[in-house]
Amino acid sequence: MSTTTVAHHDEHHDDHPTGIMRWLTTTNHKDIGTMYLTFSLVMFLVGGSMILGIRAELFKPGLQLMNPEFFNQLIGVHALIMIFAALMPAATGFANWMLPLQIGAPDMALPRLNNWGFWILPPSAILLTLPFTLALFGVGDGALATGWTFYPPLSVQGGIGVDFAIFAVHLLGISSVLGSINIIVTIYNMRAPGMTLMKMPMFAWGWLITAFLLIATIPVLAGAVTMLLTDRHFGTHFFDAAGGGDPIMFQHLFWFFGHPEVYILLLPVWGFIPQILQTFSRKPMYGYKAQVYSLWSIGALAVVVWAHHFFTAGMPVPALLYFMYSTMAISLPLAVLFYCWIRTMWKGSMSFETPMLFTVGWIILFGIGGLTGLVLADVAADAQYHNSYFVVAHFHYTLFAGGIMGIMAGVYYWLPKMTGHMYNEKLGKTHFWLTAISFNVTFIPQFFVGLAGMPRRIPDYALQFAEFNMISTVGAFVLGLSQLLFVYIILSCVKGGKKATDNVWEGAQGLEWTLPSPPPYHSFTEQPVVK
Amino acid sequence: MASHSENHYFVPHGSIYPALISVGLLSMASGFVFNVTGSDTRLDGSIKNPALSYLATPGKYMMYLGLAIILTMMFKWLSTVVTESITGQYKKWEDKSFRIGMIVFICSEVAFFAAFFGALFYMRVLSVPDLASYAPDITPYKDFLSAWPSQGPGGTVLGEAYKPNPEFHPMSWSGLPLINTLLLLSSGATITWAHWGLIKNNRKQLIIGLFLTIALGVTFLCCQAAEYHHAYTEMGLTLKSGAYGATFFMLTGFHGFHVTIGTLMLIVIWLRSIKGHFTPEHHFGFEGVAWYWHFVDVVWLGLYIFVYML
Amino acid sequence: MQGMKKLGVGAFALFLSLSARADFTWNFPEPVTPMALDTLHVHNKFMLITAVIFVAVLAIMIYSIVTHRHSKGYKPVADKAPSTAVEIFWTLIPFAILLLIDFVIMGIPAYHSVVMMEDTRDQSTMVIKITGSQWRWQYEYLDGDAKGIKFVSNLATSNDQMHNEADKGEHYLLEVDNPLVLPVGEKVRILMTASDVLHNWWVPQFGSSRVAVPGFIRETWVQVEKAGVYRGQCKELCGKGHGYMPVVVNAVSKEEFAQWANKKQDEQKAANDVKEMTKDELVAQGKVVYEKNCAVCHQVTGAGLPPAFPALTGSKIATGPIFGADGKYQKDSHLDRVLNGKGVMPAWKATLNDTEIAAVITYERNALGNTAAVDALVQPAQVKAARE
Ligand code: HEA
Ligand code: HEA
Ligand code: HEC
Ligand code: CUA
Ligand SMILES: [Cu+2]
Repeated sequence: MSTTTVAHHDEHHDDHPTGIMRWLTTTNHKDIGTMYLTFSLVMFLVGGSMILGIRAELFKPGLQLMNPEFFNQLIGVHALIMIFAALMPAATGFANWMLPLQIGAPDMALPRLNNWGFWILPPSAILLTLPFTLALFGVGDGALATGWTFYPPLSVQGGIGVDFAIFAVHLLGISSVLGSINIIVTIYNMRAPGMTLMKMPMFAWGWLITAFLLIATIPVLAGAVTMLLTDRHFGTHFFDAAGGGDPIMFQHLFWFFGHPEVYILLLPVWGFIPQILQTFSRKPMYGYKAQVYSLWSIGALAVVVWAHHFFTAGMPVPALLYFMYSTMAISLPLAVLFYCWIRTMWKGSMSFETPMLFTVGWIILFGIGGLTGLVLADVAADAQYHNSYFVVAHFHYTLFAGGIMGIMAGVYYWLPKMTGHMYNEKLGKTHFWLTAISFNVTFIPQFFVGLAGMPRRIPDYALQFAEFNMISTVGAFVLGLSQLLFVYIILSCVKGGKKATDNVWEGAQGLEWTLPSPPPYHSFTEQPVVK
Repeated sequence: MASHSENHYFVPHGSIYPALISVGLLSMASGFVFNVTGSDTRLDGSIKNPALSYLATPGKYMMYLGLAIILTMMFKWLSTVVTESITGQYKKWEDKSFRIGMIVFICSEVAFFAAFFGALFYMRVLSVPDLASYAPDITPYKDFLSAWPSQGPGGTVLGEAYKPNPEFHPMSWSGLPLINTLLLLSSGATITWAHWGLIKNNRKQLIIGLFLTIALGVTFLCCQAAEYHHAYTEMGLTLKSGAYGATFFMLTGFHGFHVTIGTLMLIVIWLRSIKGHFTPEHHFGFEGVAWYWHFVDVVWLGLYIFVYML
Repeated sequence: MQGMKKLGVGAFALFLSLSARADFTWNFPEPVTPMALDTLHVHNKFMLITAVIFVAVLAIMIYSIVTHRHSKGYKPVADKAPSTAVEIFWTLIPFAILLLIDFVIMGIPAYHSVVMMEDTRDQSTMVIKITGSQWRWQYEYLDGDAKGIKFVSNLATSNDQMHNEADKGEHYLLEVDNPLVLPVGEKVRILMTASDVLHNWWVPQFGSSRVAVPGFIRETWVQVEKAGVYRGQCKELCGKGHGYMPVVVNAVSKEEFAQWANKKQDEQKAANDVKEMTKDELVAQGKVVYEKNCAVCHQVTGAGLPPAFPALTGSKIATGPIFGADGKYQKDSHLDRVLNGKGVMPAWKATLNDTEIAAVITYERNALGNTAAVDALVQPAQVKAARE
């Protein structure tokens, strides 16, 4: 008996069904990963188109295209789709594709559950958007119009769209919990012999902590929206002063989930970004341990700072101070991370293929998002920033630049491995420049209108904000069109192109690069041994 | 070849059940929304959306349809798993996956209950005292005093007038709740006894232990039903009784729901035990249910202390 | 890629030419309260620090990107087998820098601002209560010269302007019919509440913003130090009219304030005197009240926005009987609905006075395409009686 562990799959498992049944029934981690990534891309386009409607309405003052109710519906659904149906599935998709490859596992630990986790997503996307269609037929008055935050009493007052959104959130939550269970189990139980936790790829660390955060917070959100549902229909008084409840309690529950959520979205990205950096700097990543500890402390701090989202809701001074200082503390581990990333580049031998371009752009733009976040944490000044466009700009620097652009870096990095073809490098670079520039054109003006006093979630605005909004809208449309290029690049790469080598990138390190591109349907028939 | 199967990780066939369960979920969720939109009433009993009341009936059927799909598929999925288990597909490696998975799942359940306990603490400690604390010249709630249990000060919110029920009584900690506590605690003991039986390969002890646990679980549920009936008919305590009513019924209600699920799972493993499944070395199915049952037990203790006693 | 650069440069040029509009500011608008001033200082300081961090880090990165290139043949340094102790030491440096910034350089001023911001009572000389409701602000002076004054402040911008059918005025969307009037130099304690959903009373130049929570009372304060008209908006999503809920504050000298208060008190007294009115008078006044308060939901034409907001034209309630045989108003009658509301329909009894309610009901029953056969006319006295 050698030390090599052999993982064999069922002999008859190899003749898996084809066509639609392959996808509906699959238990293969790569198939499921592909479905997650595809779903994410589609929903990104859907959510993006919605916000283009918003930006078009905001092109100039006055009501041009839509009435305020519809405007409010688009905002909330845009955010829920982008966060839950675009960004989170993208990260889960990568986890499915890459975790087993990176840690040398035969597959995910609970394959059928994995399939279920994915197939819950399309129904929830339907639930989110169905009210728009129903309204066309005179049933109800459209999707939820409360923003993505569901604050009562507005959400108690709202119509059928709120109920649909509540159930969509329940389903999305189940999906995330299933995904997290699977990832935790896979990481603890499926690593190749010799791969200790402290030898794991950073991406696995990022996801492990994400999964723990999801397990701790998603059920709280589920509980909160359940209370909302009973307040709406069954006469409870959780969020109603007349019965001794408090609308602000909802905000506590929501943000107890909502703040960790922003790190849930980014921790996987913080996992693979250092891997991309080391590849293109041709030098091992700097400060592996320091990064792991930082990720853990971010995970721990994430669950104790939630109230910075409603400083203006009225809290006792000690609470305000506590939440301010604890929020600021998150910048400490993040400074360590930034330092390690840059130190990895330092004195490397850098080349700038598309993934690296996206990564460098990501560091800078996410830096802006993070630094403005640090400023927002200040209670006194937050009275001004809160619910102004300054916040909108902050969170698009973190969510679009930090989230979506990070994911794009990952897509370009792993696309050759996944499809077996090189994407078109020239188009990729064009996509990067178009995205980076138009992104800034869209959101820099929003910092300024925010400072000058423009609140968010308004369909129409005072005249002094007109020029900036115009620029922002132009930027948003260019940004949107650039993403069509992204879609084109991906599709043509899937169809064909130069064959990719096994190692794809000169400096790539990690088990996934030891397999052929694309990897065989069953990745490791022999579990590799890590020394 | 011997070492071969030791290190073989079982990747199951493709399965359509997960996707179909999702369809069931979609149907159940949207059916629920239609039903509740169509049939919803205000506190004064009038229909909220008369124009949409035609949605109620189709919604109800969609709900039932969805539920039927989910239950059928769950059952089939479970049978597949059981078959795989008794044909020896699962070895130590798979077993460990299931164990970790179950632990993580129970953690997520803990977080779910934590939300409701959090709501209870928040209302008791913060919002109810706050509402009673305003100076008499500015408060909208003149005679409201902060005391727990509370139904809140009453008032009009979003156009609906809410009046606390003057006949209201909180649930006492003695009587039925105390009996319930004893029932659940002893059920924790009987299931452990059954587990010992399984490990000693004493099948009789296993089967009797499980049966006793199920019996205790069912008795608990009956007592709780009686308690709810008593609350609604004689104590003026309903879901609508302000902060106390909402937290009381949501916490005990979700707990009762978990006891129901747990009892069903116990029945499944009981039947399996009778059929001769489970071996002293290999019985994740049993242990998963036992863990779940203990978790439900612990939640009850929390409930008993924070909802009933304090 | 050349094209893109041009685009970027073009956008940037447009950007710079923006200072054209007089009341646009690149930073917070000019502060006029101690709190806003303090906030501005804190903000400027923090922005400066973060800008310095950003530029420093960026410079290092760019230097590295330019020099340590593969294409230039730069060889990666062979990082020695990572000695973790050394690495941890190095990573503690950025940690320490941010520790200093967060908790000393930024943390201490932040502490003082918070304490100042939350101190609403100390030396305050006047108390007002602000109630947010969909979608208007209601102001009530609780003590001092203006004690007892209570009024509602509605958006004054016309519908035509919003729908691009008329030129937009200078203060488009930031103008109201009844601004809040405050004396310069007094510390005013503000009690904030709401009647339906969350709102947030915000004037950027005051630096104070506080959520109005229905059923709860939250506090903040302002002390305006310069006379003038200050404009802001509701800042918490509160439904479809959220963008149409401006705050306008008129800060005047103490003498002017006293005068205004006197005048307003007299007006209010006169309005509370209930007198018999003719149908034409009622309809004329009702039209004004209707367009100000009701048209957001029921529309100027009375067509409403079904299914959310019912049409009043042809509505059973708006044409059916109001008073029963005993002379009392009936449940679910027109008067009941307007006084007490139902669901999303607000209760107006606390917001409108007797004359206004009588007028708006009479208007709805005789205009908007309605001609009510019974109870065509409602007199202020009847409303007054109905309140009891
Ligand atoms: C992924 C998303 C994400 C991330 C990572 C963050 C990160 C942070 N956020 Fe943000 N935030 C959001 C998403 C995110 N946020 C969203 C969605 C909202 C609004 C939600 C809503 O209301 O709808 C929000 C709102 C929000 C608020 C509430 C504002 C308000 O409504 O009043 C606050 C307040 O404290 C805040 C703070 C922070 C802080 C302190 C961080 C910290 O984690 C940041 C730490 C990072 C740093 C400190 C950077 C360190 C960098 C360097 C040291 C060098 C950089 C320089 C170069 C690279 C050149 N955020
Ligand atoms: C991951 C999260 C994420 C992402 C990726 C985005 C992406 C974008 N967001 Fe989003 N946004 C949020 C999360 C996100 N947003 C959240 C949480 C809110 C708060 C909501 C609330 O208040 O409740 C918000 C709110 C929000 C607002 C504020 C609305 C308001 O308060 O009134 C604005 C305004 O400009 C905006 C703009 C944009 C733009 C221009 C993009 C762009 O990056 C989108 C680019 C993508 C596309 C455009 C799609 C691709 C293209 C096509 C489909 C082809 C068709 C294109 C053309 C014909 C041009 N967003
Ligand atoms: C916030 C939006 C809103 C505003 C502002 C509003 N209403 Fe309404 N109104 C409603 C809604 C919603 C209903 C339907 C209530 C129900 O039956 O559930 C309604 C119903 C009514 C009805 C009964 C119509 C019917 O046939 O059912 C009358 C009469 C009425 N409102 C008059 C007024 C008057 C007078 C004003 C202004 C002083 C006004 N409304 C302002 C939302 C509004
Ligand atoms: Cu009131 Cu927004
Ligand atoms: Cu946050």
